[in-house]
Amino acid sequence: MESGGRAVSLNCSRLMQRSLPENVSSHTETGGTLAPESIFRPGSPSSSGEQQCFHCGTPARNASFRKENKAFCCNGCLTVFELLTENGLTDFYQLADNAGVRVKASTKQDQFLFLDEPTVRERLVNFSNGKITRVSFRIPAIHCIACVWLLENLFRLKPGIGQSQVNFPLKEISISFEDDAVKLSEVVALLASLGYEPDLKLSDLESPKDNRVSRRLWLQLGVAGFAFGNIMLFSISNYLGLDTEQFQTLFGYLSFVLALPVVFYSAADYWKAAWIGLRRKLLTIEVPIAAGIVAIFGQSTYEVFTGTGEGYFDSLAGLLFFLNCGRLFQHKTYERLVFDRDYKSFFPLSVMRKEGTGEQSVSLSRLQVGDRLVIRNGELIPADAKLLSGAALIDYSFVTGEAEPSAKKSGEHLYAGGRQVGESIEVETVKAVSQSYLTSLWNQEAFQKEKKESLHTLINVFSYRFTRLVFLIATAAAVFWMFSDSSIALKAFISVLIVACPCALALAAPFSLGAAHRFLARRNVFLKNPGIIETLANVNTIVFDKTGTLTAVGAGLVSFQGAPLTNEEECTIFSLTRQSTHPHSVRISETMSHQVSDPVRSFAEKTGCGIEGLVSGREMWMGSAAWLGSRGVIIPDVGNNGSVVHLAVDGVYRGCFTLTSALRPETGQLLKQLSARYELALLSGDNELQRAQFNQLFANPEQLHFNQSPQKKFDFVGDLRDSKKTVMMVGDGLNDAGALKQSDVGVAVVENISAFSPASDVIMNASMVPRLDQILEFSKATVRVVRWSFIISTVYNVVGIGIAASGMLAPVVCAILMPLSSVTVIAFASGATAWMGRRIFDVAQVPTFAPMRISNPGNRERRQSDLPIGAAKEAA
Amino acid sequence: MIVIILLIPLSVLIAAGFLTAFIWAVRSGQYEDTCTPSMRLLMDDESRAERAKISDKDKVKQP
Repeated sequence: MESGGRAVSLNCSRLMQRSLPENVSSHTETGGTLAPESIFRPGSPSSSGEQQCFHCGTPARNASFRKENKAFCCNGCLTVFELLTENGLTDFYQLADNAGVRVKASTKQDQFLFLDEPTVRERLVNFSNGKITRVSFRIPAIHCIACVWLLENLFRLKPGIGQSQVNFPLKEISISFEDDAVKLSEVVALLASLGYEPDLKLSDLESPKDNRVSRRLWLQLGVAGFAFGNIMLFSISNYLGLDTEQFQTLFGYLSFVLALPVVFYSAADYWKAAWIGLRRKLLTIEVPIAAGIVAIFGQSTYEVFTGTGEGYFDSLAGLLFFLNCGRLFQHKTYERLVFDRDYKSFFPLSVMRKEGTGEQSVSLSRLQVGDRLVIRNGELIPADAKLLSGAALIDYSFVTGEAEPSAKKSGEHLYAGGRQVGESIEVETVKAVSQSYLTSLWNQEAFQKEKKESLHTLINVFSYRFTRLVFLIATAAAVFWMFSDSSIALKAFISVLIVACPCALALAAPFSLGAAHRFLARRNVFLKNPGIIETLANVNTIVFDKTGTLTAVGAGLVSFQGAPLTNEEECTIFSLTRQSTHPHSVRISETMSHQVSDPVRSFAEKTGCGIEGLVSGREMWMGSAAWLGSRGVIIPDVGNNGSVVHLAVDGVYRGCFTLTSALRPETGQLLKQLSARYELALLSGDNELQRAQFNQLFANPEQLHFNQSPQKKFDFVGDLRDSKKTVMMVGDGLNDAGALKQSDVGVAVVENISAFSPASDVIMNASMVPRLDQILEFSKATVRVVRWSFIISTVYNVVGIGIAASGMLAPVVCAILMPLSSVTVIAFASGATAWMGRRIFDVAQVPTFAPMRISNPGNRERRQSDLPIGAAKEAA
Repeated sequence: MIVIILLIPLSVLIAAGFLTAFIWAVRSGQYEDTCTPSMRLLMDDESRAERAKISDKDKVKQP
């Protein structure tokens, strides 16, 4: 099912594929989309010689949109082309073929006026001094190099716009403009008219996120590195036998000066963490580190100022350099992904409110009970409301997990979070946004507080024992020397603290967990932070959601109800459906056994309704019951067990296609593997239709729970945790948000990594669900690597302490031992983790050393999961 | 050997210069997006030339 759309999008990203980090290009690898903001992917290029839209690559069927011998699919694309041509921006089309984004709806000038309201504007812009304003937006449509170029040349399209800068991995643009010349709403309208409509969500009104943390880490690392290099330069001469007293003193003072910023800036976070730990009476890893830094700095300063030695400043700077390397490695997060979303990230910033006869766009915060709203196809209902008019077909899959949209009659109650499919409807709000059914879930206690990081992490348990032992040995050494040679006693005490500073210990966890974090990210499994690995390794209970997690909509069988289709009819259906990129059309066209393409005339796709066209002289209509019914077709009741696509030929009902949602391939095998070691459960918001199917998969029918509301799911996971279980929740929709938050590890499954997902600890591509078993095994292996690294660093410490306790720690020994132990531990921790990962994940794919496995069906299936989702579906 | 008195501060100064450059780079956000600049590199300079042309025109108009 290699659709032409993907080919085109790959085409325009090919240019920069090499320069992209592996995870960035992932949006071209995944076919499915959940998000409303997902951009329109150009359709399949037609075989019958139709032209592609010069702007966006969609087949251009309407001959009236032409300019300069170029065909366009719609007026929107033509307008953008004209705009770019007039302003000398035709370079856009040179950078990539058909790079444009299809402009879905024409932008009305007043559509964004609500952005100029002082309350909204003030919170949206990053900076404003009354003359110049800087603002940044997320634009999901950014997908290739031409987009970047065009958006950075915005200033040529509208006077008053200054510099604009795109951050491609984050799909963000930062624009500055002059307040006198343009208004914020005009800037957004310009972007929208080009097809790059900013993604404005309610959460944008909250305080902007802070990126100073990573900057600070870089600076701390830089300062430590600077001091490390320079102090080492002076120290080397000392170690190699520089004996001029005069230089020794000079170098000592210089080293002292260089070490000051290291101690007071680079180590600042350790002081803070150690202080917090001590106040809570906890011996965290930072306590011995801070003690070590104090000991090294105190001893060295004493030696330099009394002229008794050259000190250990080089070791000190080196220590902080390595420690900060580890922190930076661990703190590398995938900023592109947002893990702590609440309903505000899903709700739009504005809605269309009916005022008199007209409509006006108002910001959601000004919405009041009793307002009449117009909800268009694909838009979210922002507050609990009553349906006034229009054919409402509400998709609640994000709220309740029901797979199929449900039709509502006028006067019925609609819950916030539902998404309208089909024509526009008019509703009247009955509750405020923050009081609605869905949003009240977030007012619960579990959402108010941050999930606390466990204090019983591996590193803290180890450091507790370690710290006590070190102080014990240091005191013992001091007491011992007190009796034999009291002048050495203090030195021995300090030496032990210096050498036992658990640098290597502190590096073991960041580097192995960080390496595992990256390893998983390359396989489209993104962790909120590397510490999640440890929790993953402790999981003993796994709770699954059904819809979207174990099953995929449209992955199942397509069956036709009605008189069997003739070969000729199959050809006409195939010809028609392959014109559309709607998932249902794609599935139906795949199942046709006679795939001969006939030309289609007057093809039209009506969103939320269906498709129509003239094939081989027959008028074909395919789509929803409501749509066909409105055209006078009599439709029999076919029950509701999946998505139904009705077919009418020449205005006469012919039959219907039923697309069932079905298990993802390999689900059975996955559950079998997992059930041996974990307690499993299924929580579904859907009805019991599929109970029989799941009874076969789960050993115990009591593990299956259907008709679960979000609140019930939340409570179920809570009960499991109360019975001292470590729970992993795997889910996908907003209806799982409570359970995901309540669990120890919440895993959000998404079809498309850049699509939105509820608050969770892990965001995982759906194709990785079958490999959950390996992910858990890998987490356990990573924790084992951390343990081994602890042992290695302990060996170094034992050797070092042995020397130190005898009171003979020379700076040169310290200078060699410290970096050596750090480097070994870093190399071991990251190397062993990567090796473990390859062993666990790739052994099934590389049958070279196990040739027997080629014929193993499990092996073959596992390899399928590496294919893009579409291809895997086809294979199934 | 006395030349070291001159060389050492010189070396520290140069190193401090690099540190300043690094701090500037971090502060200006260059470490936050390492991907987009590599794409800008691939874009043609034509646009820049044109931009220069436009600004030249403006200059001509102004007086």
